[in-house]
Amino acid sequence: MKVRVVTFPGSNCDKDVGSVLHDYFQADVNYTWYKESFDDVPDLVVLPGGFSFGDYLRCGAMAKFSASMESVVKYANKGGKVLGVCNGFQILTESGLLPGALLHNRTLKYICKDVELVPVKENGFSKHFQGNLSIPIAHGEGAYFADAETLERLEKNGQVVFRYQENPNGSLHDIAGICNEKGNVLGMMPHPERAMNPFTGKMDGKLILEALLKN
Amino acid sequence: MFVAKINVTLKESVLDPQGQTVLRTLHDQGKGQVQDLRVGKYIELKLNVSSLKEAESIAKEICESVLVNQVIETYKLVVESQ
Repeated sequence: MKVRVVTFPGSNCDKDVGSVLHDYFQADVNYTWYKESFDDVPDLVVLPGGFSFGDYLRCGAMAKFSASMESVVKYANKGGKVLGVCNGFQILTESGLLPGALLHNRTLKYICKDVELVPVKENGFSKHFQGNLSIPIAHGEGAYFADAETLERLEKNGQVVFRYQENPNGSLHDIAGICNEKGNVLGMMPHPERAMNPFTGKMDGKLILEALLKN
Repeated sequence: MFVAKINVTLKESVLDPQGQTVLRTLHDQGKGQVQDLRVGKYIELKLNVSSLKEAESIAKEICESVLVNQVIETYKLVVESQ
């Protein structure tokens, strides 16, 4: 399995997600610097967590103008699978690959803890899960926002993938992760790559990556 | 030379927790006269172009492609000659 993990200046979860994909999925991981464009078709492209370009102006806003993101948009439009985690989710919304935006947490506090995710039944991903998932979050700007019309469309099309059991950040409709209409682009604030080490007692993140690869 | 002065704020429909926190502090200080408060950002561009019309057009394009996320934000743009 070939995977590209795009690294931006300020990404800090690129090696985390790359190493778990290598260790648990035997993936051939290519770390793609943001200035590199690509035209191959890997099995998965990951936009990792972190603080791309220092999160200046808005989280994820600068990243969308990079050469690698132009390639990611073309790849996604051809049906390629993309996972955006945390800052990667913010980049996906800023790039227009996913609708909506991520706002400051309602409490204005940076939140770092395990949360319970509820896979949404109407979504194609949910058939891969049994029950809730426990995954860590770590973000200051993770409150999902979209206008009423967009939210209605997301719900109607089954694009809401995960909701929080207990909403930590003020996300509308308790949204923790969404996908595009085709289901090949998934953005989520929780970090599945941080729940993939048996020594920490958490492996639910593996289920999410498996679901994305199988879906 | 022209200067584009841009004020970016969250849309009225978007909760501004930063503004609400500052407002609460002002109320705690007895400044109950303050009815509402929104926190935004101010951006200034210096443009080396030959006409005001051109400066306005470029500044507007930059606002809408880079500086403002129109899903959540709105902006006011004023261009002055310098």
